[in-house]
Amino acid sequence: MGMGSDMYRQQILDHYKSPRNYGELEDPTFTHVGENPMCGDEIQMDVKLEDDEETIKHVAFSGDGCAISQASASMLSGKLAGKTIDELLEMDRDDIVDMLGVEISPMRIKCAVLAEKVAQDGAKIYRGELDKSKTSTED
Amino acid sequence: MSQRNVGTLDIERIRSDFPILEREFDDQQVVYLDNAATTQTPDPVIDAMSDYYRYTNSNVHRGIHHLSQEASEAYERAHDRVAEFIGASGGREEVIFTKNTTESENLVAYSWGLNELGPGDEVVLTEMEHHASLVTWQQIAHETGAEVKYIQIDEDGRLDMDHARECITDDTAILSAVHVSNTLGTVNPVAKLTEIAHKHGALSFIDGAQAVPNRPVDVEEIDADFYAFSGHKMAGPTGIGVLYGKKQLLEEMEPYLYGGGMIRKVTFEDSTWADLPWKFEPGTPPIAEAVGLEAAIDYLEEIGMERVQAHEEELAEYAYEQLKAEGDVEIYGPEPGPDRSGLVGFNLESVHAHDLASIMNDHTVAVRAGDHCTQPLHDKLGVAASARASFYVYNTREEIDKLIDAIDDARQLFA
Ligand SMILES: Cc1ncc(COP(=O)(O)O)c(C=O)c1O
Repeated sequence: MGMGSDMYRQQILDHYKSPRNYGELEDPTFTHVGENPMCGDEIQMDVKLEDDEETIKHVAFSGDGCAISQASASMLSGKLAGKTIDELLEMDRDDIVDMLGVEISPMRIKCAVLAEKVAQDGAKIYRGELDKSKTSTED
Repeated sequence: MSQRNVGTLDIERIRSDFPILEREFDDQQVVYLDNAATTQTPDPVIDAMSDYYRYTNSNVHRGIHHLSQEASEAYERAHDRVAEFIGASGGREEVIFTKNTTESENLVAYSWGLNELGPGDEVVLTEMEHHASLVTWQQIAHETGAEVKYIQIDEDGRLDMDHARECITDDTAILSAVHVSNTLGTVNPVAKLTEIAHKHGALSFIDGAQAVPNRPVDVEEIDADFYAFSGHKMAGPTGIGVLYGKKQLLEEMEPYLYGGGMIRKVTFEDSTWADLPWKFEPGTPPIAEAVGLEAAIDYLEEIGMERVQAHEEELAEYAYEQLKAEGDVEIYGPEPGPDRSGLVGFNLESVHAHDLASIMNDHTVAVRAGDHCTQPLHDKLGVAASARASFYVYNTREEIDKLIDAIDDARQLFA
């Protein structure tokens, strides 16, 4: 390998090449889409809640885009299972950077947080706290 | 107009005029291949501007004192120099200084478009317009009820001239076309397009942001009614752009911005306007930038615009061939030749353009990745983003080799 990139460590490349939880859920409790116009990344997040309507049971994502956005969605989908909606809504960009385990350059941070924003907006819409059809990292 | 073998440039010497090219990140010297976004600034331009601030700085057109006189003369003379550079025989009256190409587009769209366009009128653009003209005319059309039409591109990224003849009709009020595409590198037949527009009584606005920096341009040979470009893409400073307009048209047009410096007489009730070009240059203008722009023109003309063009075309051809040889790189726009300029847009099959640009940055290779302000064109190409390498007088083949190394590294990483 050449000099490689700090941003493209094995974990990121692995999730990008073999994304986890990729696809759509059959009967999601809620689903939401979003885009990062800068990169042209598009992501749909499907979330299935437990019967308590609070705890996240499954998350699936679909869409395409750059490695950072796709790997971030893949990792997040795994991380969210078992968390509550409140815990999802409490997450911020630092949690995503920690999860990715690499330094994300300022120009690429929007790619990294897209999946998180989409999941959070989806949850807020589900709770009736937000009304929008599509999330954009430019909002 | 493409001339080969007009003498190679003394790259060593040219590079020594651009101190920024010595910069290193992580012990690697920067390889600057993002010239279509903005070019670097040579010492003579920086010196001209700092000398202006050191010894001449003053406001223009209002002081009786020596410094203001000198500043005014320098500022006015820069207009003459630009006129001469682009073949505007009307001199300074046909050269308006704006902030950039975008503002030049807006000036005409607001001043002429808002007043002249209405339902039933057509504005004809090309599918390869930069947002600077596309968004501007689209929005002015929305406001006035005019219709926007787009001349299609063919598979090679050239304008479909038959479609151009279909699009431009007696209802066409203005054609706005990009001279050189910032995404495809296509050099459009703007004289021909202008001729077609004129036959139908329409005006022609040419966006020369990617043309004036790297080839001889003669606005009267094109017969353009308006022609726009930016200082920062031609070895000049940011903050200054040019709108060339035929004198008679500019005289008939209303000002776009109001204020001081653009008036002849003001009463509490009404105002009259100053002569050209000042009617369109309200407020304190970009004086140091105008001085810098003049110095940039001097710098480029000393090299010779034919040689600038030949050098860029040579590098573009080399880059095109190297990229093509990679096998898995999709290159946009026409093959190297007289209708292809010195920029190459591409995508590596397996890697998103932004990932590619990030990896290139690890090699200290600066390229642009994204939609290059041509989102509808990217939709048409079927990609969200592309990478773009663009060259200028100081770039070398060795730098293109580094670009290729970075691509090879990206491919390996993503394999
Ligand atoms: C073809 C073209 N037109 C217009 C522009 C806008 O130039 P500026 O940002 O200087 O207004 C650019 C540069 O980005 C360009 O490449």
